[in-house]
Amino acid sequence: MTDGMAPPQTDLLRSAAIQVRVIGALVMREIITRYGRHNIGFMWVFVEPMMFTGGVLAVRSLIHEHWTRLPLVPFVVTGYSTVLLWRNTVGRCGNAVEPNRSLLHHRNVRVIDLFIARLLLEIAGATLSFMTLATLLTLAGLMSPPDDVLKCLGAWLLLAWFAMALGLIVGSLSATFDPVERIWHVLSYLFLPLSGAFYMVDWLPAHAQPLALLLPTVNCTELLREGFFGAGIHPHYSLLYVVIVNTTMLLIALLSASHVSVTVEGE
Amino acid sequence: MIRLENVVKRYRTRAGMHTVLNGVSLEVRKGDKLGILGRNGAGKSTLIRIISGAELPNNGRVTREMAVSWPLAFSGAFQGSLTGLDNLRFICRVYGADFGAALPFVEAFSELGKYLREPVKTYSSGMRARLAFAISLAVEFDCFLIDEVISVGDARFHEKCRRELFEKRSDRAMIIVSHEAHNIREHCSRACVLDRGLLREFPDVDSAYSEYGRM
Repeated sequence: MTDGMAPPQTDLLRSAAIQVRVIGALVMREIITRYGRHNIGFMWVFVEPMMFTGGVLAVRSLIHEHWTRLPLVPFVVTGYSTVLLWRNTVGRCGNAVEPNRSLLHHRNVRVIDLFIARLLLEIAGATLSFMTLATLLTLAGLMSPPDDVLKCLGAWLLLAWFAMALGLIVGSLSATFDPVERIWHVLSYLFLPLSGAFYMVDWLPAHAQPLALLLPTVNCTELLREGFFGAGIHPHYSLLYVVIVNTTMLLIALLSASHVSVTVEGE
Repeated sequence: MIRLENVVKRYRTRAGMHTVLNGVSLEVRKGDKLGILGRNGAGKSTLIRIISGAELPNNGRVTREMAVSWPLAFSGAFQGSLTGLDNLRFICRVYGADFGAALPFVEAFSELGKYLREPVKTYSSGMRARLAFAISLAVEFDCFLIDEVISVGDARFHEKCRRELFEKRSDRAMIIVSHEAHNIREHCSRACVLDRGLLREFPDVDSAYSEYGRM
C-alpha cells in the first residue's frame, strides 16, 4: 500500500521520515494538553517528578530513618528516580489511545505512534528530573558524584528499555480490555516495595536473593547504585538476564501493539 | 489514481463477525468526482475510511498514488482538548505542510475568529466542518474525501466551498458520500450505490438515483 503524500516510493527511509514527523507532532500535542502554555509549560515534564523525589527525600531526612546502611540522599534519589522511570512510563501508556482516538483518522498516525510519543515524553521527563536533582544535590554537597557514570547510564538505559516494553504491553492490553489499566495501578503499588528501590539485594536473607533478582528492576537498580557508590557496596545483578527478559518482552510488546493497530479504529 | 481491489472489511460484533464490505473494487483518477450513495449503516463511512487509509481492509488491496485527505466527517480528525490552531499545527506536522503558509487561509476560510483559539470540543458541528474544510484545503490534497459533512454548512459556507473546492481546485479528485440525493447530484459526475456490502457503479448519476430510490 502506498502512502499518498507523494508518488509511490515506499522505501524504508521515507516511511521512517514520516514516522519521525508523526511522533514529533504527537509529542507536541501531548505537551500542550498535559502542561499547557501557561507558567513553566513543558518544564513540568521533569519538574513534577523532581518535586516528588525531592519531597520524599525531605520527609525521610527529617524523620532520620535508619533502615539504610548507605548515605540516605543518594540512596533515596536513585531509588525513587528508578521507580518514577518505570512507573510513570508504563502508567501513561494505559490510557494512551482513548484521548487520541480521533487522530487515528489520519492515515500516518497509528496506535503504536501514540504509545511511542508518550513513552519518549515520560522517559525524557524521568531522565531530566533524575539528572537535575542529582546535579543540584551534588552541587549542594548533599551527595557525592557517581563513581562510574557509564554504569549509571547502562542501568538507566536497561530500565528505560524494560519500561518501554512493559508500557507497550500494558497499553496494548488496556486498549482492547479496559480493566487492564485499573489492574496495572494496583499491581504497580504492590510491586513498589519489591522493585528494588528501597533495599539492596545484599541485605536480604540468602534464600530470598535469587527471587529478588528475578525482577529486572532490581537488577537495574543494583547496577545504578554500583555506579553511584562504587566499591563500598556489594551489588548483585545479571546484565545478561535483564537483556534476555527485555528482548523477550519487547518482542511480545511489538506483536501486541501491531495487533492493536489493526483492531483499534478511530472514533 | 486510487485503486481498490476486492476489498473486504469485517467487524467483530457480539453476534460474531459482521461483513460490511464484501469485495469492493473501485478506481478513482485525478479530477474524478465520485458520489457514493447508500442508506444509513450501508458501510459508506467504513469505505471512505478504508480509501483514506485510516482503516485497513481484512482482505484485498488499496493503492494510493495521489495525496488523499483524511475523511472530512462529523467526528474524528481533531483532538477535542486542543484548540483549532493547535489542531492545525498538528495536522501540518503530520502531513509535512507549512503552518505559517496555511494559517492565513484557514483564518479566512473558517471564519472562526477568536474561536480558533478555543478547544475544538466547544465547537458546533458547523464550526468543525468549516475548520476541517479550511485545513484540508490549506494542506492541498489531490483527492478530498467528504463524508456527509458538506450538508451542515450554511449558504455562505456552501458558496465558499463551491469557489475554493469546486472551481479553484476543479482538477482535484473528490469522493463524496451521502444519503442525501442533492449533494451528489450537484457535485458529482460518477455515482455508485453501496448496498449489502457491494458497490455498483452506474453509467450516470440519474440511473444511480433511480436505483437508490427503489431500495
